[in-house]
Amino acid sequence: MTIGLTHYLILAALLFCCGLFVMTTKRNAVGILIGVELVLNAACLNLVAFSRYRVGTIDGQIAALFIIVLAAAEAAVAIAIFVNYYRMLATIDADKGDELRG
Amino acid sequence: MSGEAIAFYMLAVLAAGSALGCVIATNIVRMALCLLGTLGAVALLYFLMAANFLGVIQLIVYAGGTLILIVFGIMVTSRMYGEKLKPRRSEALIGALVVLALFAGLVAILWRGPWVTVVPTEQPNSVAAIGQALLGTYLVPFELASVLLLAVMIGAAYLAQPAARNGRGTEREE
Repeated sequence: MTIGLTHYLILAALLFCCGLFVMTTKRNAVGILIGVELVLNAACLNLVAFSRYRVGTIDGQIAALFIIVLAAAEAAVAIAIFVNYYRMLATIDADKGDELRG
Repeated sequence: MSGEAIAFYMLAVLAAGSALGCVIATNIVRMALCLLGTLGAVALLYFLMAANFLGVIQLIVYAGGTLILIVFGIMVTSRMYGEKLKPRRSEALIGALVVLALFAGLVAILWRGPWVTVVPTEQPNSVAAIGQALLGTYLVPFELASVLLLAVMIGAAYLAQPAARNGRGTEREE
C-alpha cells in the first residue's frame, strides 16, 4: 500500500506518547523539556501531514513554522528558569520544586 | 514497494527508535543525543512530504538552535551531588500503563478513521508561496512572533543573570 495520511498520523501518535511518558516520569527538569520538544514535533508532523494529504494548501506548514518559533522561545525561557533553579537549590531534580512556593 | 515507502519506513524507524531511546535513557546527555535523532528524522520526513522550506527551518532552528540551548542547559546544571535522578518504579509503571493505553486508543481510531484525502499536488514554488502567505494572510501572527521573540530575549537574559547584579534578594549567596 502507498504511504498515506494514516502512516504519518500513527508515527506522530508514537512520538507524542513517547514525549508524554518522558514528561511525566523524568525527574531531571531538562529531561522534561526534551519531552515537550518531542510532543511539539509530533504536533508539527501532524499539521504538515494534514496539510499535504487532506487540505492541499500550505497553511499547515505555516502553522508548523510558528510552532517551531514558539518552541525555540519556550526552550530559551525554560533554560533560563532552570539555571536560576539550579543556582538556588543546587539540584535539577524537578521534584524538589515544591520548596519554591510562597 | 516504492522508493517513497522505503524512505518513509527507514525514517519512521529512525524517529521512533530515537524517541524510544529518549524514554529508555537515564543519562541526560544520551537523551539529548536521541532527541537529535528524532529531530533529524522528522526534518527528513518534511522533505519527503515536499515541505522543503520547513525541513530546512527544522534543521536550522531545532537541531542548530534549540538543541544547542538544551545541551548548554545540561552543561550548566549537570553537576549533581547525591543520588542519581531515576524515576520511581511506581510512577514509571503507572505512566507506562496510561501512555500505552493512550497509544492503543489513538492507533485504533486512526486506523479505522475514514480519512478523505486529496491527491498531493506538487507546488512548483512553495518557498515563494510561504513567503507571500507570511507577509500576506499571516502578517499579524508574524509580527506578533517577532515581538514575542524580543520579549523572550529580554526575559531570558533577565532571568539568567546572577542574583547579585539585579538586586533580587535571594538568601543564598554565590
